[in-house]
Amino acid sequence: MTARAGALGLAAALAVALALPFVVSNFRLFQFTQVGVYAIALLGLNVLTGYNGQISLGHGAFYALGAYTTAILIDHWNVPYPLTIIAAGVLCLVAGFLFGIPALRLEGLYLALATFALALAIPQILKYFEHWTGGSQGIVLSKPAPPWGMKASPDQWLYYFTLAVLVILFVLARNLLAGRTGRAIVAIRDNPIAAQAMGVNTALYKSLTFGVSAAYTGVAGALSAIVIAFVAPDAFNVFLSITFLTGIVIGGLASISGAIFGALFIQFVPNWAQDISKAAPWAIYGVFLIGFMYVMPFGIAGALRRVAARAARRGTAARA
Amino acid sequence: MEIFFQQVVSGLATGGIYGSVALALVMIYQATDVVNYAQGEMAMFSTYLAWTLLNAGVPYWWAFFGTLVISFVGGVLIERVVIRPVENKPILTIVIVCIGLLVILNSVAGWIYSYIQKPFPSPFPPRPIMLGTVVFGAHDLGAIGVTLVVLAFLYAFFRFTTLGLAMRAAAQNPVSSRLCGIRVGWMLAIGWGLAAMVGAVAGMMVAPIVFLDPNMMAGILIYAFASATLGGFTSPGGAVVGGLIVGVIENLVGTYVHFIGTELKLTVALAMILIVLVFKPSGLFGRAAVHRV
Amino acid sequence: MVLLEARGLEAQYGWTKVLHGIDFAVEEGGITTILGANGAGKTTTLRAVCGMVRTAGEIRFAGQRINGRATEDLVRLGIGHAPEGRGTFVNLTVEENLRLGAYARGGGRSVAQDLERVYGYFPMLAQRKKQPGGTLSGGEQQMLAVARALMLRPRLLLLDEPSLGLAPLVVREIFRIVRTINRDERVSVLLVEQNASVALGLAQHAYLMETGRVVMSGPAAELRQNDAIRRAYLGY
Repeated sequence: MTARAGALGLAAALAVALALPFVVSNFRLFQFTQVGVYAIALLGLNVLTGYNGQISLGHGAFYALGAYTTAILIDHWNVPYPLTIIAAGVLCLVAGFLFGIPALRLEGLYLALATFALALAIPQILKYFEHWTGGSQGIVLSKPAPPWGMKASPDQWLYYFTLAVLVILFVLARNLLAGRTGRAIVAIRDNPIAAQAMGVNTALYKSLTFGVSAAYTGVAGALSAIVIAFVAPDAFNVFLSITFLTGIVIGGLASISGAIFGALFIQFVPNWAQDISKAAPWAIYGVFLIGFMYVMPFGIAGALRRVAARAARRGTAARA
Repeated sequence: MEIFFQQVVSGLATGGIYGSVALALVMIYQATDVVNYAQGEMAMFSTYLAWTLLNAGVPYWWAFFGTLVISFVGGVLIERVVIRPVENKPILTIVIVCIGLLVILNSVAGWIYSYIQKPFPSPFPPRPIMLGTVVFGAHDLGAIGVTLVVLAFLYAFFRFTTLGLAMRAAAQNPVSSRLCGIRVGWMLAIGWGLAAMVGAVAGMMVAPIVFLDPNMMAGILIYAFASATLGGFTSPGGAVVGGLIVGVIENLVGTYVHFIGTELKLTVALAMILIVLVFKPSGLFGRAAVHRV
Repeated sequence: MVLLEARGLEAQYGWTKVLHGIDFAVEEGGITTILGANGAGKTTTLRAVCGMVRTAGEIRFAGQRINGRATEDLVRLGIGHAPEGRGTFVNLTVEENLRLGAYARGGGRSVAQDLERVYGYFPMLAQRKKQPGGTLSGGEQQMLAVARALMLRPRLLLLDEPSLGLAPLVVREIFRIVRTINRDERVSVLLVEQNASVALGLAQHAYLMETGRVVMSGPAAELRQNDAIRRAYLGY
């Protein structure tokens, strides 16, 4: 019953997503494209933190790495943007895997601190390598035109492009997490010693998970560079990493749909907060954060899961 | 040589402030496994309250102790009202609540007091003090003194009083504590109150140096993380010592290593965090967590 | 007079029900034991009395209904509990552990007197006053747990599997001390045990539990003679 409801929900969501560009204004569409980008980034972080239990307060770094890879490849060498996305993904996969190796020695709080330090350092490192990164001024790109002479605005094309990448990546993630690999990853989170005793190579899996997680977030960063057509160091500060963490907790840890809910939250709620109070918008945002955690401590996806479970229980009880 | 001593003392003064905030972080972490990311903003808000009292004409030391009392009560209330509903929820849920608190405090402070920097008075005379041939700022020495007094008070409280013992017990083993009749929830609340008080002291000691504005404590919070990491998140004394070391290193590096300007000073703190985490994650004085299988 | 009484007591952890409606009673001044194998629900029963799990049904202490009250409050009514696993404060000294036992009663001179009394029963604890609780052996930690509960001056002492993991000689010593305390200080005891022979040697009244239900009850002497119990729990 719940599997069918899930499939229907998914189909409905997809239908809405496909129809969106015909219904909303260009600016809204841009915002929804951004939601798509964030969703990919959040899925990446969720794989690492939600499913594998490794807390990262530094995923903004991989987002930045992906964004700047794209920006530099386009700006210096005119590489076609789809290729830059692949390059960003591969580069971040390697970088994440390499970072995952020393991270093996760190648990919980200490890993959070290390990634936090990384996130803090990123803007300064970006400003330091001025020749490549354009320093504080950043790099300006131009929005790509729709290919094949399509009669759509760049914003509409970018929206569908992002949507396509999102769907591909989400399907890949779902397959990964539903299979043996996914079970191994979760087992490592729940009881690393037991997992190891059962023959799971925890070191390899943890580093790989870091790599995959970084790759996803890096691809998101690359997309964001293309969509916004601009990168600058201060956009990739520690606050971005904290926003990502907020997104996955609000959306729901260890949940693929949670990435979408979280992305919607981090894109739109700050704007709503500003509408409610010009004077202290972040205070309203903070109230939203706390309120959500009171009402849905397991995130939006978590709350939906519980509602579904309760309905299922009532269903079986009625049938019994 | 004189510059060296001056920088060391100055470093100890700021180090004492970092150590105090680090101590507040460790106190709450030991009891709850949660790092209170809002600690800096709570301290900042307390300092603004002190400023309000001073502006209303209250003499310094009355305002100082009044702020301590208000901060204590505030800390208790925050724990009982804001944190309690998520006490038993997953750690990341509590982290988000702390972040929410951080953001609210920062925003409300900016709204009430504006973002314009304000001067904050020091209780210590502006005349420098001569020790031997070396000149020291009175505020630096005074800040070190105040930090030491606060630490002594806390040490005596936890070591020699029944309430302090009960709080230590509640932090270490809540289940057994309940079996002794200890109201664990209130012990946590008092812990938050004390941490808020310590933070308020840190805020009032640092405000004369960096001027009062809503973002005053952000950088200090990061140095406090570095201090607690260096000293060990499981060791309150270690956190303070860590703070002193961080303060001194920060000052000496800033003075003697010339290509590190103010921007990269923060990177020094980060480098320290990473180095400690690579070689000894539990810090200089911390105990490595032993997990029973 | 019945000091502790349970009627139709149920308990659950989350969605899992562990106690399915049990009845038992502890006489004032007496020693009652609850026997059963692993998983029978014995520890849960003690936890239910102390308000540490969700319960339904009825528990009365000295005539008062105590369901749903917080552990910290029940302790103040005079219920001392030496829990499963000893519950030692491993980083606090032996003396600090004991002082915490008296926390619910307030402080002052009576605490010092109680310390003396308790060191009298457990001289090996006096020798290790300043040592961290975690450095004590299993047997010493068990004694510390009982001593800490005694510091409360309880009316009722709950003992959760005190013999677990201890050498027979140590077990005998602890039970001898419990008998003395029960006799001299009129402390009622509810003892939960897997080691049936030792428990039946100490208690006056006994209950046998299996998967959350009481399957047998009666005077300890009777249960000792019972064939089924002899074969299943006493080994002969």
